[in-house]
Amino acid sequence: MATYNTSDFKRGLKVQIDGDPYLMIECNFVKPGKGNALYKCKLRNLLRGTVLDRTLKGGDSLESADVTEISSQFLYRQQDTFVFMDKANYEQYELTKEQVDDAWKYLKEGMDCQMMLYNNNPISVSPPNHVVLQIEYCEPAVRGNTATNLTKPCKLESGAEILCPAFVEIGDFIKVDTRTGEYLERAKG
Amino acid sequence: MPKDNASHDFRPTATWPRLQLRSEMLARVRGFFAQRAFLEVETPLLSADVVVDRYLDPLSVTLPDDPRRPDCGKTLWLQTSPEFGMKRLLAAGGEAIYQITRSFRAGERGPLHNSEFTIVEWYRRGDDMRQGMQTLSDLAEALLQLGPAETVSYADAFRQHAGLDPHRATSEQLRAAAERLGLSVADTFVQADRDNWLNLLLAEVVEPHLGQSRPTILYDYPAGQAALARTHGDPPVAARFELYVRGIELANGYHELLDPSELRGRNEHANRQRKADGKPPLPAESRLLAAMEQGLPDCTGVALGFDRVVMLAAGATSIAEVMAFPLERA
Repeated sequence: MATYNTSDFKRGLKVQIDGDPYLMIECNFVKPGKGNALYKCKLRNLLRGTVLDRTLKGGDSLESADVTEISSQFLYRQQDTFVFMDKANYEQYELTKEQVDDAWKYLKEGMDCQMMLYNNNPISVSPPNHVVLQIEYCEPAVRGNTATNLTKPCKLESGAEILCPAFVEIGDFIKVDTRTGEYLERAKG
Repeated sequence: MPKDNASHDFRPTATWPRLQLRSEMLARVRGFFAQRAFLEVETPLLSADVVVDRYLDPLSVTLPDDPRRPDCGKTLWLQTSPEFGMKRLLAAGGEAIYQITRSFRAGERGPLHNSEFTIVEWYRRGDDMRQGMQTLSDLAEALLQLGPAETVSYADAFRQHAGLDPHRATSEQLRAAAERLGLSVADTFVQADRDNWLNLLLAEVVEPHLGQSRPTILYDYPAGQAALARTHGDPPVAARFELYVRGIELANGYHELLDPSELRGRNEHANRQRKADGKPPLPAESRLLAAMEQGLPDCTGVALGFDRVVMLAAGATSIAEVMAFPLERA
């Protein structure tokens, strides 16, 4: 396994610490006085999502983690199993609901997703930043009210419930920001 | 219309108002020293000699004997500071001298570091540490207008912010303090020595408090971090001092070591440590040592990181914002 020396450290590096893969989300070079360099790193555990602060001395190294990202397509859901396909080689991957995490709220058959593999096993998927989904159920629209500050819960075709402005109706297509889970605008289907 | 980054990176990273501020501050430095009758000097950037320090990695340049074989020839060093040249001038009769110059340090890159940076360095014959700290405080006041600096000993700062005596605490006690203060370090810190632990605590828990209400000068460093400063007292401390503003280190000064045999010993020690770290040794003999054999006058010298001072004056958060072209765009 390759290793990264402190001089290679930068945001986005994937490293292995105590048997878990981590993503380096921040790395600050500090050198007090004429002393040894310090690298103050923030790392996100790619399996648990927790953030670890770690300070290393200049010359230290970290093992690289075998983490790759592939483009995949969401095929279908069967209870709590989500099936994806690697778009490059058509290989299929089954992910649990825990692995899919919040992404399940936005998944629609045929949707393109980025998938992260650790030692060739899927560990997470991320849907596109903006997705268009159809409203499956909501209370009737409030006539004449086009204000966006009045909201109501709407159930989407993916099964997720999000808050939308009061004027939307069953069957409407809406655009959602998957990073915040927020309604953006009405869209064409 | 070009869209990619590459086609834009000919541009400076500093805005024109900041480059103008930089130019005004250079003029202010020259005015400050002219008023105090310091002579502006220039010493070589390329020298056969270089500071021997465990943690300073100089860049080397080959001076080819034959232009057709550019990598064969004498090795010269880009200076990590103008210290050697300036002390040789003092030994040869200089009284009060200053210089504004570029310095080079390999591997140093971050918001507060650029491998090529600007140092303002000065020496005055007869100055002790107090006088050296006074001139530093005056210059900081002239450049930043934040009032005179307070002085705090390294030991007092550690007692206050880390709850320990930095000159007497063992490695084990320093490690325990880091743990108590919630610092998370890599496993490799197991092999850390006292000075590594002190540097970690300094960076993480002491520095953030320094220079917050007004500039702070920290003085009397651990003897293990003396570099080219003389040591005194029991337990021994180094007559070394540093200026901090808003938690950022701006300057480093020494009541200079005069004893050549002491410097030879320190060079040897630093080279042994470099070897243990897997780094090449640096030339142990130098024309500075020759000057010290003849007699270096009692003096204090200070080096100020000019880019950082301009950065603070501009309200910027990285030195790239006050430099025309940092390393990535050099």
